[in-house]
Formats: sequence, C-alpha cells, structure tokens
Amino acid sequence: MAEATAPKPSSSVKLVLLGEAAVGKSSLVLRFVNNDFQENKEPTIGAAFLTQKCNLPTRTIKFEIWDTAGQERFASLAPMYYRNAQSALVVYDLTKPTSLVKAKHWVAELQRQASPGIVIALVGNKLDLTNESSGSGDALGEDSETDAAEGENDDGDARKVSTAEAKTYAEEEGLLFFETSAKNGTNVTEVFTAIANAIPETSLKGARGPGATQSSANRTEDQSRVNLTGPRDSASKEGCAC
Amino acid sequence: MQCVASLRTVGLLLRFAKPSSNPPVDDIIQKGRISSTSEFFSFPCWDFMGHSSDQRESPSHDRLHAPIDTAPTATAAEEDGITTTMTQDGENEAPKHRMHAGSDESTATITPRKVDGKNHEGPEQRPPLPPRPSLLGDRPSTPLSPSKRPALQSKPTTAVSSVDIQTLSFPDGSRGTFAAPGSRSVSEGRGISGGTSTPSSRKVSQNGTEFDDSTSLMSYAPTLRANGDLASLLDEGLNSQSPAWKLLSSQADNVNPFETIYDEDNALFNFDHEFDEVEAVDSKGGNEEQVLLQWKAKLKHYLILSSAGKPIYSRHGDQNLINGYIGIIQTIISFFQDGKDPLMGFTAGDTRFVVAIEGPLYFVAISKLGESDSQLRAQLEALYMQILSTLTLPTLTQLFTNRPNTDLRRPLEGTETLLSSLADTFTKGSPSALLSALECLKIRKSQRYTINNTLLKARTEKLLYGLVVAGGRLVSVIRPKRHSLHPSDLSLIFNMLFEAGSVKAGGGENWIPVCLPGFNKTGYLYMYVSFINAHDGEESSSNERPSTAGSSPDDEIAILLISADKESFYELKQMRDDVVAQLENNGSMDIIRGAVRQGRPSTVDIVPGTQLRHFLYKSRANVQFMMPSFSPDFSSLLARRKLMSLYHNLHASTHAKHSHVKVLHCVGRDSISLAWTTPLFEFYCVAGPNASRAGLAQGANRVIQWVKREEERVFIIGGAVF
Repeated sequence: MAEATAPKPSSSVKLVLLGEAAVGKSSLVLRFVNNDFQENKEPTIGAAFLTQKCNLPTRTIKFEIWDTAGQERFASLAPMYYRNAQSALVVYDLTKPTSLVKAKHWVAELQRQASPGIVIALVGNKLDLTNESSGSGDALGEDSETDAAEGENDDGDARKVSTAEAKTYAEEEGLLFFETSAKNGTNVTEVFTAIANAIPETSLKGARGPGATQSSANRTEDQSRVNLTGPRDSASKEGCAC
Repeated sequence: MQCVASLRTVGLLLRFAKPSSNPPVDDIIQKGRISSTSEFFSFPCWDFMGHSSDQRESPSHDRLHAPIDTAPTATAAEEDGITTTMTQDGENEAPKHRMHAGSDESTATITPRKVDGKNHEGPEQRPPLPPRPSLLGDRPSTPLSPSKRPALQSKPTTAVSSVDIQTLSFPDGSRGTFAAPGSRSVSEGRGISGGTSTPSSRKVSQNGTEFDDSTSLMSYAPTLRANGDLASLLDEGLNSQSPAWKLLSSQADNVNPFETIYDEDNALFNFDHEFDEVEAVDSKGGNEEQVLLQWKAKLKHYLILSSAGKPIYSRHGDQNLINGYIGIIQTIISFFQDGKDPLMGFTAGDTRFVVAIEGPLYFVAISKLGESDSQLRAQLEALYMQILSTLTLPTLTQLFTNRPNTDLRRPLEGTETLLSSLADTFTKGSPSALLSALECLKIRKSQRYTINNTLLKARTEKLLYGLVVAGGRLVSVIRPKRHSLHPSDLSLIFNMLFEAGSVKAGGGENWIPVCLPGFNKTGYLYMYVSFINAHDGEESSSNERPSTAGSSPDDEIAILLISADKESFYELKQMRDDVVAQLENNGSMDIIRGAVRQGRPSTVDIVPGTQLRHFLYKSRANVQFMMPSFSPDFSSLLARRKLMSLYHNLHASTHAKHSHVKVLHCVGRDSISLAWTTPLFEFYCVAGPNASRAGLAQGANRVIQWVKREEERVFIIGGAVF
C-alpha cells in the first residue's frame, strides 16, 4: 500500500508484467525483488503481487508489481491488472519468435486500453542462452562474440529474435527496450531503473526533481481512468494536491 | 453352510448393520465376499480367545460382542454368495459379460492359499473343511446371465471374485481374451480389486496362527508359501509366524512395522525412483527402449485424454512416448462406450486399470500399488476436479461442444504441475485423500476462538471464505452461514498452495482465479493468498521468499481470503494486513508458529508406552482427521507408502459396498493393524508384527479416549460463521 513514512520522497508506481507463458516474467521479478533465480520455475497461477523499492538520486520509487500469468486463459483478466498501471513490462523470449508476436499484441492492447501515459518497456529475456557475452557468467557465450542481429548463425546460439528487429519495433512504438537475463541478472535492475526514471514526475506523489518527460495532460487523462481503491489511487490524489 | 458354521467356530464374525433374512442380491454378493476377506481379518477374535481379558471393559469390546447375534446374516449371505461372485467389478455396475483371460493363472495364484487347490472342483464337490479357506475359493464365477457365456463353463470357474480375474466385457456379449503370460502373478491384481472387494485378500494366511482355533493351520503352510511372488507391501510369510519363529520373535517385541525387508517386497523396489523424471526419447530414438523400460517401471500412471483420443495429460513420459498408449486406451474405452456398458476397469498381470469417464474426458489410473477401484476412482475424480477448477464446467463443455477434437492441453497449459503434484500425492499416499477429510492444526480451543474472532472482526464485505492454513492443516475458517466448505475443494487449494510450488515460489501475494467445483462448478472465485514464514516470524510478502526446495511445506502459514468479486484484491489485501497485525498483537501468530514448528505429535506422545506405531482418526461429523507424525517409523518415502498401502487396504475392506464391517483386525508378516468404524469415527492403526492383539486394542482405545478428550483442539468444530 502507499507509504508516506519513508524518509526520502517516495511514491508508488504500479507496474504490470505481460507476455507469453514461460518467457520469464516471474523470473525477472524474482531477480529484481529477491536477486534470486530458480531453474524450472513452475508457471504462475493467476497473478502475483510484489513490491520493491527502487532508489533514484532524488527520490524512491516503490514498485507495486503485478506479475501476471502468461497462459491464454488468463488473458481476459489482464485489463484488471493494467488498468491503473503507470508502467508495463512486456516480455518476450528472444529464443522464441512467436513470443515477440505475442508481445506486440500486448503492446497494442496496452496502447489501446491502458492509461494513456503508461510507460512501456519491451524486454527480450533469456539473453544467457545466446552467445553474446554482455552478461556476467554467460554460460554459452565463451567462444565467440557475434553481432546480435546475426546471432542465429552461430553454433550454440539459441537466439531467434535479432536485437535490431526488436529495437526497431520498440523505437517505432516509443517503448523502452532491453535485452535481459533473469538467470545471470544482466540488465534486470537497469530495466526497472529506466522505467522509474521514465515515469512522468507529475504523476508521482511528492515529485520534486527534474526529469518529468511527459505532459501533465497525459497524467490527467490517466487520472480519469482511475476508479479503484489502491495505492495508485491514493498516490494520484496526493499528486493532484501538489 | 458348513462354511458359515466354521466361520463362527473360529470367531470370524462379521457384523452386518442390516441383518435381514432376505438380503438383496447385491448384499449377498458383498457379504459373500466379505466373509471371504474375513479370513485374514481376525476381527474381534481376541474376545473369543480369552487371552485378552484385560480388554473386557474397552469400548471396542462391547462392539465386538454384537456379531454373535448377527451371525445368521452371514449365513444367509454365504448361501447365496455362491451364485453371484462375478458382479463386483465396477462400483455401480454388475457387468454381465466378462471375458476371463488368464483366469487359470489368477485362480492358481489364489486358490492354494485357500483350499489347497481343492476348490477347482467347483461348488458341488466343495470339501467341508477346512472351512474358512473354502469360503473364499469355492464360489464359481457364475455370471448373472450364464447362458451368454457358455464357454466359461468348461473352464475351472474357481475365480474367487472378478478381482482375481483379468476381465474385459464386451457389450455384445462376446469376450476378448488377452493372454496373461503364465509367469505373471495376479497378486497385485487382487490387491487392486474392485471397489467392492477387499484388496488385501492375500493376507489370508495369518488367521491360523493368530486365532487359536482348531483348524489345522499348518496344513496350509506349503500352499501359502507357494505364492512367493504374491507378497508385496504387506505380505506375510508363514515362516515368520510358525510357532517356533513366533516364540523366537516374541523375544523382540519392539519390531516396528515394515522394519524387515522381505525379498518379496520388490513390488515397491523402485518406489524411490517413482517420481523421477522419465527421460525424453532423443532425436534418433536410440534410447527408446531404455526410456520405455523406465516408463513401464513406474508403479502408478495417470492418463487423461479426450474422447476423441487427444492426449491431455500423462504423469510420466512425454507425448511421443505415450501417444501410442493413448490411442490404445482410447480405442478400448470407446469400444465399450458404444455399447451401454462402459468399461470400468480391468486387470493385466499385476496391474490394475481403472477408467473414469467424465463428459468428453477419459481418465485412466494404472496402478501396481494395490489400491481398490473405488480409491483409484476417487483419485481420478480429484484430477477431474482439478481440471474443472482450472476451466469451469461450462467452459469445458463449450470447448468440446464447439470442437469435439479440441486439444485441451492448450487451455490447461501451466496446470500440469498441479495435476502432477496431485497425482504424486496419491502415489505417495495421502491420508487426507484416502479419508476425504482435512487435517487441522492442534491448538487450544480458546486460541482458535481468538483467531476466529480476529478474522470475523477484520472481515470485509466482499469476503466469502476466510482461512488460515498452516502447512496444509487448517487453523481457522470463517464462512457465511449458508455455505459450507467442501473438503474436495479445500484439498485442491491445499494442493495448489502447499504441494505444487507455483504459488509459494512465486513470492509475494497472489490473486488467483479458481473454480471450486464443490462450491459451484460453473464459475470462478478469486483467492487472495499470502504466505507468512513460520520460522523467522517475518512476513515473506516481498522479501525473503524462500525457494520451494528451501522450506518444507509444513513450515508455511498462509492466509487465504476468497471472494466472488475479481476486483476485490485490494480490499482483501487490506483485510489480510489487518488480520496479520491483529494476530501478531494478540499473540495468536506466535501460537500458530509454535504449533507449526512443533509439528504433529508422535504416537508415543499421544499414548505413552503404546505398541501402536501410527494411526488415523477421522471424525465423520467434522469431516476432519487426525494423525500423529510419520516419523520416526515412517519417515522414509517407502515406509510411508507401505503404511499408506496398509491403510488403503483397511479402508477398502471397511468401505467395501455393503460390507458393514465394523472392526477389522489384520495380521501381517510385518505389521498388525486394526480398523474400527462407528457412526462417529473411523479409526485405523498399525503396530509392529510382534505386538500383541491386546496391546493393539488397548492402544486403539486409548487413542480414542485421547481424541475424545482433545476433540476441540484437534478438530475445528463448527467453525466461525457470519
């Protein structure tokens, strides 16, 4: 729940993870929240709700994370989770092209249905399965370093979605873009920090520092959609008072 | 009639609840069979033996006298039992046409224990003595419509019951024969007998030694020993009970159940590997043979397929491996579906197949563990409930109405782990599943009252059910006046939360849409789940979420709040925060943690000095059960499985349709046990093989007294309603 007791200016940000089943949404969250990783994690049922603080120079962002199940049958419940979200992490598996297709669907749905100001990050997970040695402890990437876009050509490289392809798409749609490995932690914190930085300052409670990148008009529209109790609600109200 | 007389002489009395001079056919069947099972259940014999006079005042004692009066019922049953042995395969069905495949082998493995093979002569030549054994063996397998199966007449129709026979009935009256290799034993097949039959008929042997009756026990000995490969989990070798051996072993009273490993125990030889993953067939198929061997070595299989033959779920083996078998089983089941006589189950070798058909879904359980049909059927039912819980009935129906060849794996994606953990729970042996009851955390009545009130006070408008659960045991429940909770629903939830790691390992708080079929199978409820770590006293809501492997499920305290409104997450979350804060404040949380940490009491804690090693007590009114800790005697997976198999046998015997057995005493080579049912409770207990009958009975009585005294602590009586 919204907290007003933290010493630093602190605000809650609701974040929702979406993406095909088994792309690693829960693992990303687990890495971010507990700095832990489990092999063969069992599928999420329904949705899990976790919180984690993210310290920025000027303020503390408290992420309230909805980690949703990726299975098709849960799709109809997704609006419940992204409805008031200020940010979304759309995850695909960079060894599985269909998961990027699914990710694009989610992006489209978010842009259509979610709060207009929502910050969306597109994340290609399972970087550890590719040959790139960008991550620490990359198990497969010792022999060669290849161009990400052509990684597919290499032996032992499971990459099926090129960085360029996903990046181009992300730029077109105005999304943040990262390739991560929940297994060895590559880029995971960076994703969340980038989201925290991209959240419109004005929509945050106690927002003081510079860095607001979005117009307050967006925020207001966003407000109009808020209709549930919850941290977002209270945070937004206080934001109005500023 | 002679049989009955002899039955009485040896004190093998069954008490039938409904004494009637003209029992209906089904009763007769059942009783006939039951009396056969009574051979090894030396039931209230200690009363008649006179060497346990110290038991005279015991509650069980009164009960034990009753059978004397009702013995005539048994007589009636026995007279007619002859005609009807063939009808007990399915629980509800009396299949008219049966094919007996390998019945020679099956009977051969059985009959010797009973009548030294004399029973092959058929009913007319039935030897008058020895009495009890002949009860079992002499009933010919006369079908209800004998005219339809003339061929059988030429066979030795000595089948004890359909249980012992590999049967397949075809709707058109024809019979198919699947040859059972002569070397195979049906021992397990008998174990896995029809729901109405007693699975443990192999225990026949002991009565002689255990009863001080006049029948010449030792004359059976050779034939009993002939069944070397019959033995399995609970088999008894006569050698261990020979007078000399007995004298010898009486020196060592404290042998625990299942302590000795017998060669014949190889039925469970691979049990340690039962839950290992079957390897995938590699791309070249080079290891196919080996994989197949691994697959076949599994003692238990569950298959779920659609009526169109699409595989939906299999506990072991990947799709490539099982597809062929799915096709075969689908063909067999569909063949019977076309007639009006659906296939309920069949036996092949030592393996029992049980089939359950639920709408467009076929469920198959394949077991070498000796469970009864009705027990296997209940397990299949639970798997079906799990599927409903994921999809709801209307969705399931709609899927198959629109497209009969729907591939259900897609909509069920992600729930394989739930089905598997459910299946593994059954394979390991679950008292909760066996008794269809729940277990509660033992705390004082006033403490539970406080927790209930805390929940009630914090209750929000949208709440339907509120539960506090610790390690799969209920601590507290609040519910609306008009709704009760179904144990089957709760066991699905507990399976999801405590057995399958999905929710626990996910971390944080969870919001889970779930259909509770017992409550309403047409729609979803929404369940808020939050775990609290029992050990460090810190909420593990965000940080420090231990991995599944790291913490045993018994350590976890969960708050479950169930609502019909899918938007009520934050409301329930608030309630949870209030409840937890309040429970911490009033000390209840510490009490729960303490009780969880303490675990279940051991049997000896409950009844000091008892010979009992383990027991199950089910309160029928509360649909709850109580048991002591599995340790120290049954901590290993294998020992626990043996114990559970014994319980399964006792349960099957006392719950066989129309059996009305109230007290059952079972003596085995590696354990003695007692089952005792009354309208109030069901009770099962086990002691070491050398424990005395008196000690067993005394222990049982003391446990029951203890439970009576502690009733409001070990059970939730009524629960809190709003």
